[in-house]
Amino acid sequence: MAETTLVEAGRLAVLQEMRRDPTVWVLGEDVGRGGLWGQYRGMLEEFGATRIVSTPIAESTIMGAGLGAALVGTRPIIEMRMFDFVMCAMDELVNQIAKVRYMFGGQAKPAVVVRMPHGMWRNSAAQHSQMLEAWFAHLPGVVVVAPSNAEDEAGLLVSAIRSDDPVLFFDPKDLWTAPGQIADGEIAPIPFGKARHARQGDALTIVTWSAIVPNVLTAADQLASEGIKADVFDLRTIWPWDQDAVAASLKRTGRLLVVHEAVEVGGFGAEIIAAMIDRLGPSAIKVAKRLGAPRIPVPFAPPLEDEVRISPAKVVAAAKAALK
Amino acid sequence: MATPGGTPAAAGDNLKRLTDLYRTMVRIRTFEETALEAYKAGEIPGPLHVSFGQEAIPAGVCASLRHDDRLTSNHRGHGHALAKGADAATMYLELYGREGGYCNGKGGSMHIADFSVGMLGANGVVAGGLPIAVGAAQGLKLLKSDAIVVCMFGDGATNRGPFLEALNWAAIYSLPVLFVCEDNGVAAHTETRTVTAGEGPAARANAIGVPAVSIDGNDPLTVEETAARLIGEVRGGGGPRMIHARTYRWSGHTATDAAAWRDPKQVEAAKTRCPIARLKAVLIERGLAPAMLDEIANAARTEMLAGRAAANAAPWPSLASAFDDVQDAGAVHG
Repeated sequence: MAETTLVEAGRLAVLQEMRRDPTVWVLGEDVGRGGLWGQYRGMLEEFGATRIVSTPIAESTIMGAGLGAALVGTRPIIEMRMFDFVMCAMDELVNQIAKVRYMFGGQAKPAVVVRMPHGMWRNSAAQHSQMLEAWFAHLPGVVVVAPSNAEDEAGLLVSAIRSDDPVLFFDPKDLWTAPGQIADGEIAPIPFGKARHARQGDALTIVTWSAIVPNVLTAADQLASEGIKADVFDLRTIWPWDQDAVAASLKRTGRLLVVHEAVEVGGFGAEIIAAMIDRLGPSAIKVAKRLGAPRIPVPFAPPLEDEVRISPAKVVAAAKAALK
Repeated sequence: MATPGGTPAAAGDNLKRLTDLYRTMVRIRTFEETALEAYKAGEIPGPLHVSFGQEAIPAGVCASLRHDDRLTSNHRGHGHALAKGADAATMYLELYGREGGYCNGKGGSMHIADFSVGMLGANGVVAGGLPIAVGAAQGLKLLKSDAIVVCMFGDGATNRGPFLEALNWAAIYSLPVLFVCEDNGVAAHTETRTVTAGEGPAARANAIGVPAVSIDGNDPLTVEETAARLIGEVRGGGGPRMIHARTYRWSGHTATDAAAWRDPKQVEAAKTRCPIARLKAVLIERGLAPAMLDEIANAARTEMLAGRAAANAAPWPSLASAFDDVQDAGAVHG
């Protein structure tokens, strides 16, 4: 294993795939300068300006051009800089990319990766901190990926780039510099829809994903030190998501806690609970709880922002409440 | 020599080429007349946007395209598809939502696509095709193809952001795109001039850095000649160009829209500028036998009636097919 960071793991994955497949290319703002976060550092020098394309701040066309280029047989990585800016490209994403394969009866192959660094970024306020991945799980036609660590970032990016589906890839931007490890040698693809079984236990099942995972694991370790062993799943992809793994765990524990950084109301946690009730029946589930952000925009001032964040202490408290 | 259309005859000397142009226009007109009849008979569900009076533009532009050139279209795209080489009978199947249609009944009139002839799809969102077109051109360039992309859109699209973004994009990357603004003067149900500032589409394009010309889009010879020249420039690596083709939509926005707000005299005046009648006059003047023109019209009528009848008799797609072609990973099944 090699020590690295999440952002570097992602960079190495893109580098590997661009060397492997000459039809893979990147378009987005500032990517020729390495990207806002360094995800594409050094790539302009290796691949040139036709494959590392710095674009105007023109999200509609960044998104739509990526689709057009896919329709003639290339595999674009569409870099959105920050998730929040995808709102300027929603027609191209929702009406075009997600629909063309279906609407044209299978003629179109929208093989794009849309990278959207999302979530909290310290004190960046309401337009630079959002987590709306649930919107896209609701959208037929796309795969929704939300890794939490370097190894998954790399392996899932490889899968995303090779996929013929449009893949919405939510990089956890609060974790860009988090240290991690990736395997030596070629980065292997990680399949969509397979959760990471991050902690093992029988007391309750905790399901989570993306930037909040480290806090959940901290909480799980604290709970374990108190003798409460949680079975923790990092979903890694929320469409498709690993219903089999969650259901198998829940059959043992009977208690479910879903933790996400996104607003709790209408979040993907609700879908997970509903799906499990449908699948296992209400009698198999003693408790099903959600822990997410309050339904307020993300505020700026540090103490206010902390009100929105899901701290390990909040997770511990929610887990204990689920055991009552 | 000037033709009745006021066009220098240079591009029009090839009688075969002009006859083909005429045939394409007549097929578009007849396709839509037949579709409208079927719609009124209750055979075709959903919205149907016809383009009576605008036929010279797709026919004239596509006359100079290669099979591997790509085209993006809009909601009023039957003519674009036919001119690019799509099959009328398969289009009817799609209009009817039947098995074997271009989209297997998933798209209908607003989403006709035939990737096998480079027709990358009609689009239900105004200006939706512009970003896709420039990206297709960028992809073709990356693949070292010398195919080009034609992007068809209406005057209404020039008030949406993607018009600015996509033209700027095509110019900065010097992409092989011919933008074609079919200016029929009406954006849905509103006269475009009442909601548009400035000098119009060509001025906007020129200001962005995409050389544009305004032409009479109801003059088939002018359209064909202008498109041939600009397509040559685009294919030669000259970067994007735009044609602003002025025309007039005889019908309402959709098949159910009578456009009763319009002065009927305006519509009647527009019909005197019918592009098909104008090219017909040119062809007769140049010695094409009237019987040949009748034959073209009759063949088109026969083709379209056969397409209509076959579509009306075709089966619906299987219900299970509603779940096909959504996505590979995470697909759901009925």
